[in-house]
Amino acid sequence: MTLGLLAQAGDGVAPIDTPGVAWSALSPILVLIGGAIVLLVVGALAPRRSRIGWHAMLTVAVAGGTIAAVVPLWDRVHDDGPYSAVASAVGVDGFSLFVTVVIAVAVAIAALLTDGYLRREGLEGPEPYVLMLLSAAGAVMMASANDLIVMFLGLEIMSIAVYVLAGLHLRRRRSGEAAVKYFVLGSFSSAFFLYGVALVYGATGSTNLVRIARFLAANTLADQGLLIAGFALLLVGFGFKVAAVPFHSWTPDVYQGSPSPIVAFMASGVKAGGFAGLLRVFVATFGTYRLDWQPVVYGIAVLSLVVGAVLAVVQTDVKRMLAYSSINHAGFILIGVQAATDEGVTAALFYLAAYTFMVAGAFGVVTVVGRRGDGHHHLDDYQGLARRQPLLALVFAIFLLAQAGVPLTSGFLAKFYVVEAAIEARSFWLALVAMVSAVVSAFLYLRIVLVMYAGAGDGADTDPAAGRPRLAVPAAAAIALVVAVAATIGIGLVPDPLTRTARDATPELVAASD
Amino acid sequence: MLVSSGLVSSGLVSFVLGQVGRASSDVPLLTAAVVLPAVGAIATALVSRRRPESARMVATLFSVATGVVTVAVLVAFETGEADFQLVEKYTWIRDLDVAWHLGVDGISLFLVVMTGVLFPIAMFGGAPHHDAKSFYAWLLLLEAGCIGVFLALDLFLFFVMFEIVLVPMYFLISGWGYANRRYAAMKFFLYTMLGSAFMLVGLVATAVLHARGSGGDLTFNVLTIANDQGSIAPMTARWLFLSFAIAFAVKVPLFPVHTWLPDAHTEAPTAGSVILAGVMLKLGTYGFLRYGLFLFPEASAWFAPAMVTLGVIGIIYGAVVATMQRDLKRLVAYSSIAHLGFIALGTFAITTQGLQGSVIQMVNHGLSTGGLFLLVGMIYERRHTREIAQLKGLQASAPIMAGVFTLVMLSSIGLPGLNGFVGEFLILLGSFLTRRWWAVVAATGVILAALYLLWAYQRVFHGEPDEDNAGFAEMSFREGMVMAPLVALIVFLGVYPKPVLDRIEPSVAALVAHVEDGSDFVEPSVAEAGTDAREETFAEAEAAEEGSGGEGGEDGEGGEGG
Repeated sequence: MTLGLLAQAGDGVAPIDTPGVAWSALSPILVLIGGAIVLLVVGALAPRRSRIGWHAMLTVAVAGGTIAAVVPLWDRVHDDGPYSAVASAVGVDGFSLFVTVVIAVAVAIAALLTDGYLRREGLEGPEPYVLMLLSAAGAVMMASANDLIVMFLGLEIMSIAVYVLAGLHLRRRRSGEAAVKYFVLGSFSSAFFLYGVALVYGATGSTNLVRIARFLAANTLADQGLLIAGFALLLVGFGFKVAAVPFHSWTPDVYQGSPSPIVAFMASGVKAGGFAGLLRVFVATFGTYRLDWQPVVYGIAVLSLVVGAVLAVVQTDVKRMLAYSSINHAGFILIGVQAATDEGVTAALFYLAAYTFMVAGAFGVVTVVGRRGDGHHHLDDYQGLARRQPLLALVFAIFLLAQAGVPLTSGFLAKFYVVEAAIEARSFWLALVAMVSAVVSAFLYLRIVLVMYAGAGDGADTDPAAGRPRLAVPAAAAIALVVAVAATIGIGLVPDPLTRTARDATPELVAASD
Repeated sequence: MLVSSGLVSSGLVSFVLGQVGRASSDVPLLTAAVVLPAVGAIATALVSRRRPESARMVATLFSVATGVVTVAVLVAFETGEADFQLVEKYTWIRDLDVAWHLGVDGISLFLVVMTGVLFPIAMFGGAPHHDAKSFYAWLLLLEAGCIGVFLALDLFLFFVMFEIVLVPMYFLISGWGYANRRYAAMKFFLYTMLGSAFMLVGLVATAVLHARGSGGDLTFNVLTIANDQGSIAPMTARWLFLSFAIAFAVKVPLFPVHTWLPDAHTEAPTAGSVILAGVMLKLGTYGFLRYGLFLFPEASAWFAPAMVTLGVIGIIYGAVVATMQRDLKRLVAYSSIAHLGFIALGTFAITTQGLQGSVIQMVNHGLSTGGLFLLVGMIYERRHTREIAQLKGLQASAPIMAGVFTLVMLSSIGLPGLNGFVGEFLILLGSFLTRRWWAVVAATGVILAALYLLWAYQRVFHGEPDEDNAGFAEMSFREGMVMAPLVALIVFLGVYPKPVLDRIEPSVAALVAHVEDGSDFVEPSVAEAGTDAREETFAEAEAAEEGSGGEGGEDGEGGEGG
């Protein structure tokens, strides 16, 4: 009808020049959003409770479809080079596709964990899955955005869905508290981000990353204040999403309060989206101004590494521990960002991919151990877990040791690549701080492992956990855990394929051919 | 079960040796030595929890088989060659040029063999009281890591192996240790990991700076980097050496960073202590040789005075503190610090004799301290205490055990005729050439060792047994079989170390030459007349050893046993 009105209105008015939309370039996002809509419809028509987890299965299928949609794009990028679409608002390059796959994997694992969780907690409906898919769509949009406005859209789609997810558990007060906290602080950071976009636009005259990059390469600004202020505000926005110190204060509370499987997604998928945006905007676009922002990222990285590791040690709640440790890991990824080189980007991508499995798996175990009510997260609840359920304890120990960076796991290689990137960029001290912080956080992982393996050999009468019921591990969660363990060890043993893929995936800014 | 595994292992011996004889280059012996225990660990882990005996059987089989493979390596080893032998190389991570690159030379050869021999002994001698399956699986994994460290010729692979050994040892201490095991396990892990953190940064920096300096691609190949000394600036190399040295100093442990050792050794289960002292400490001293002297010759020579001083402090400090111990196991643990001080002294004396002494002393320490830990474990099994004050007059009811203890203890003291003497003598000889006064101070450590060990022996074994100790059981046949190979090796190496020294010598001499090439360090010769005179000195030294060895051995056994 609008079109009709426009047509009527004007013989003299030229038709609005709409860009051509290359739907294929958007196919991963379309699959995610389409999947979400289908799921919503199916959820409305089908019975809300069923013995088989159709919703989770459908979500996993959508995630698989997303990965399948990436494959032809990857081939095309590989053969013809990266390209951009929709008036160069969306870039299709190895980088965006790599992150898309990481996010899709995070969705799949989180969905498998969510299934058992919803049943146990007596929650229902396809909404969590729908929101997760939408959030993932936002994250993918962030990863492939070639325009700051599009990136902001992605950021908001991703965040708003996650705010709701945090409050998913209606009957838990903490869940609601987490959601409100996350929402208030998150909105703040979005505002910062938007303001940053405005300032950068003011300084460069464009919101398109390609044009910004070209402008910055070709011109010297007489007054850089506006641009630098824009950098700072954008950094605040990203820093919040990736939970870097000093923008981390929401993390422990939100991770503790939110439903555990949702945390698995937050710590993997949402983080991947945030880092993708950070890398694309700062490393790829503002690369010419790296001397201005590198010291700041350096400082944030050091703070995240140290604060994350040290504060994690004094926690007694496992979810809070993992929350702080995720801050430490964010510090490691920031080292890759700080290097601002191809090696740095590769290392950050490798880290994100490896970390997705480790952290999603770890929170998977937390989900199971949390038991009905999702409240059993104290360190004492893990007492003697190795005796009651040796396999579950072993799996958790593998995730924790991998996060500590023990060799032959993906965590070690992730740290190795990051350290290598830092040293290539001559940041020796940063590398050293990172490794020492890894030792501090190893203390925390070992503490959990020790508690799990405590009681073995003390005799049955001294077992403090003797009366506890056996934990039920739902089949879907078991699949997720097995996949995550296999990936964690597999990447640790044979890292070549992932490394090579990550190496092909440095962000490139490409303008539309028109 | 002993018999059956013995049969199987003898079959394996003949099979493997036959293979070696036919085509030593075709069989990937070194890979087998690393992979076999790892496979064993998995196989053991797959055995049902309810059948600890089968788990034990499988684990024993694999550890014995690994021992046989290491002996096969010894057989296949070409005496008189300085270079790496039986080298195997398969690409692992292409873009980093990281390879599964293994090789053995005179320095690593006997450490590998010792590891292969010590693990089955530790398994027999330190059987766990519960959860046998996991215990053996962790031990086998540990063995794979230890052998991997000694054989690795790739920085990345070395680091992986060096780090991976922490995990099984952590679980062994925390799962099967004594009262204070959790604290000890945590301390052990964190101390070592902190050292490794420095090393990882240094290691990556070495590879990156080498690639940048030489203009080539990134590589982690130790041989390439070590033989291309010009590519890293000397000042940078000193920093890099320091980063490696911190990790090794923690592992050895040298004086200021040794505090994890007494806790870990005391709290670990017997098998854990044996491996910890016998094999894992050598990862540090071996690291100094391969990734200190070999990789950074100039920096090693520059830091040598500091390292030698730390070694000497360790000798005296370890001995003095050991004298004061009330706990027998803790005493042995502190004696390790003293012994490892000797090894550090010999290493950084940078003379052929000193290095030879260090390498052989690493093996000796593994045998004698491993043996002592086994014996202390046996005493604990009977009396459920390790406190020296509560033990008295044990030799009245257990003369054989007292005799074996005496022999192992005397080897640890360094009595001529037993293996400890050969190592300490060579170390003192070698360090006297370059660091005279340090050697003089270190020599007093030998006397102190006699003091604390003999005194402890006196208090534990001599005198009239009181009520608690009267019923002390004699060594069983099984325990005797555990100790027999150790005793045999202790005597053999003490009386006739020549075959061992012959294999060590070329590699060690080449290492000294490498240091001389890379720095302005010059090895002082024993006599002005050159190498022939040195050979003569050797011959005399050996003759002297053998001569006094026979007497000393008899004196020691006869005098103390009776």
